[in-house]
Amino acid sequence: MRKAILTGVLSAAALAYMAASANASTLDEVKKKGFVQCGVNTGLAGFASPDSKGNWVGFDVDICRAVAAAIFGDGSKVKYTPTTAKERFTALQSGEIDLLSRNTTWTETRDTELGFNFAGVNYYDGQGFMINAKKLSGVTSALQLSGASVCVQTGTTTELNLADYFKANHMEYHPVVFEKLEETLAAYDSGRCDVYTTDQSGLYASRLTLKNPDDHVVLPEIISKEPLGPVVRQGDDQWFDLVKWTLNAMIIAEEDGITQANVEEMKKSDKPEIRRVLGQEQGSKYGADLGVGEDWVVNIVKAVGNYGESFERNLGQGSPLKIKRGLNQLWNKGGILYAPPIR
Amino acid sequence: MQEHDLSFVRTEMAIAEAPPRSAQGTGHWLRTNLFSSVTDSVLTIVGVVVLILIIPPLVDWLFLSAQWTGTDRTFCATTVQGGIRPDGWSGACWAFVGDKLQQFIYGRYPFSERWRVDLVAALFVVLLVPLLIPKVPRKGLNALLLFIIFPIVAFFLLLGGWFGLPHVETPLWGGMMITLIVSFVGISASLPCGIILALGRRSRLPVVKTVCVAFIELIRGVPLITVLFMASVMLPLFLPAGTYFDKLLRAIVGVAIFASAYMAEVIRGGLQAIPKGQFEGADSLGLTYTQKMRLVILPQAIKLVIPGIVSEFIGLFKDTTLVSIIGMFDLLGSVQQNFHDATWATAQTPMTGLVFAGFIYFVFCAGMSRYSMFMERRLDTGHKR
Repeated sequence: MRKAILTGVLSAAALAYMAASANASTLDEVKKKGFVQCGVNTGLAGFASPDSKGNWVGFDVDICRAVAAAIFGDGSKVKYTPTTAKERFTALQSGEIDLLSRNTTWTETRDTELGFNFAGVNYYDGQGFMINAKKLSGVTSALQLSGASVCVQTGTTTELNLADYFKANHMEYHPVVFEKLEETLAAYDSGRCDVYTTDQSGLYASRLTLKNPDDHVVLPEIISKEPLGPVVRQGDDQWFDLVKWTLNAMIIAEEDGITQANVEEMKKSDKPEIRRVLGQEQGSKYGADLGVGEDWVVNIVKAVGNYGESFERNLGQGSPLKIKRGLNQLWNKGGILYAPPIR
Repeated sequence: MQEHDLSFVRTEMAIAEAPPRSAQGTGHWLRTNLFSSVTDSVLTIVGVVVLILIIPPLVDWLFLSAQWTGTDRTFCATTVQGGIRPDGWSGACWAFVGDKLQQFIYGRYPFSERWRVDLVAALFVVLLVPLLIPKVPRKGLNALLLFIIFPIVAFFLLLGGWFGLPHVETPLWGGMMITLIVSFVGISASLPCGIILALGRRSRLPVVKTVCVAFIELIRGVPLITVLFMASVMLPLFLPAGTYFDKLLRAIVGVAIFASAYMAEVIRGGLQAIPKGQFEGADSLGLTYTQKMRLVILPQAIKLVIPGIVSEFIGLFKDTTLVSIIGMFDLLGSVQQNFHDATWATAQTPMTGLVFAGFIYFVFCAGMSRYSMFMERRLDTGHKR
């Protein structure tokens, strides 16, 4: 109920805001002030967290940097606003941030009622289960979990998905709910419940802090779709296009084998597709159409690498998380990442 | 000729005899303090057992088994967890605190500009210490410097943008720095505001009284989280597009308003404890309202409620951790934020970080509490028990 009221107030305020600022172009404003104001998570392993020097790093942070690189040719021209789950939407609506790149699930309500546009999906996530294989030996599927006690964080879509899943499969469960992610995990680790559930990316991050990570297995079932992506305000198509194509360009760069290391060489490539993407064709105006320079893709790749490089550095083999590409593999390599062509 | 006086007057004290053996030594001390009754004996034994159970593992975890140096999570994780420690190892990961200490203190304040924070901190100590030591003269000037001049200097130094200092916007501030700034402003604003509100609430002028009562009751009626949340999330939506108030400023104003309302009630408690005779006495001397309050009533009232005031200060200091729910990182916030750094994610990291933060808070709060006890004893002129 409270949520409904809040949503109502937010959307009313959003509409009022849209009406007032429909004419202001975010891209022009960003160019004028000289940096992108980017909303990120206050801390989520692999997606956005400060490193030892206090710089923001992570997979979501790379999207911010890529957008800045496309506009300014410099990935460091970003100012970060750490936002909590509750704050993130008002921060975007009120214009405090230009872009929200904060592991936000693309849902219909957010896209329509709240007045946002999702500029694509940079990570296909989904809710999964982790169990202690020693305690529950023989369990290989979530469908065998009837009667189990489940540690879950309260007030999240995770809790609702859990209820839906068990109801749909006519199974019983005992939820053990906690306010904070750390508490939830600590309770699971100390054996207060049989099952721990959160988004799969979170399950991998959680394994790092378990006492005996090898005892725990992630079950194969994914019970929800959580497509995470960068979000912009509705009503500014130019900005929306730029963010959308920045993400697409990262994916296309991976398809074409353009990496941080070889991007300068690739410019001399004679493959038409690569020449087109890197703005090397005579009279190329792909960048101009987006309102940025022709070497925008070159700048993006130089700043953060292609999609695969960013993924491996922050979430995959180059990071302690060691998340497999899975669904987030290119469409021609068994995943569902698919970017429309630049032409 | 002098008459002989046989009466004996002793000119020196007799040498004191040692107390009986049963009333001295360790045995006696133990008997009176630890085993004076059956209940006491049982409690003592239980207490000792509990201490024996707790202290050795605690010392072991905190110091003996702790990992003091390292560059990433492998140093604080066991082999199964992907680290270098043997199986079953458990100890504090001080390497994590060491690696992140700068962030815990300065947040993301630029490296090259951190001398400005250090300078402000040094100024603060230089001005605060003499104010706290009763013997040092010129308290008035000192207070003026600390509460009026210092905040202005600190503001320009920290924010920059003047005199060739680069501008450092507040989202980059964090850690201990935010905790101290928010609580310093909260504490130094809440006492004067609280006094004014408390006097206003007891005023005979209906408008003043109503305004003060309404303010105090409204603020006391909502939790601090709501005030902060309102200031951070809802306020921007009501302001015209493009108007932007600094988030730190909004939080500080929220905290100060909140603390003032509570402080007003503490002070009012003191005012009510002053007998009517004091008011009438002051009136009969022909003192004006200001003189009466300043010279007679408030010194007595405030002295009475020092414990209450300090409790408020300590509470406020700890309440500043709530700013982390609006995406600002005070000491606790930046410690918790760093739990999410995958480079350091281990089973030991969160506990170590929290122990560290707890220790810092304890040092500050215990310091304030000890000082208030000292002050109470000094000012205790008529109510000694």
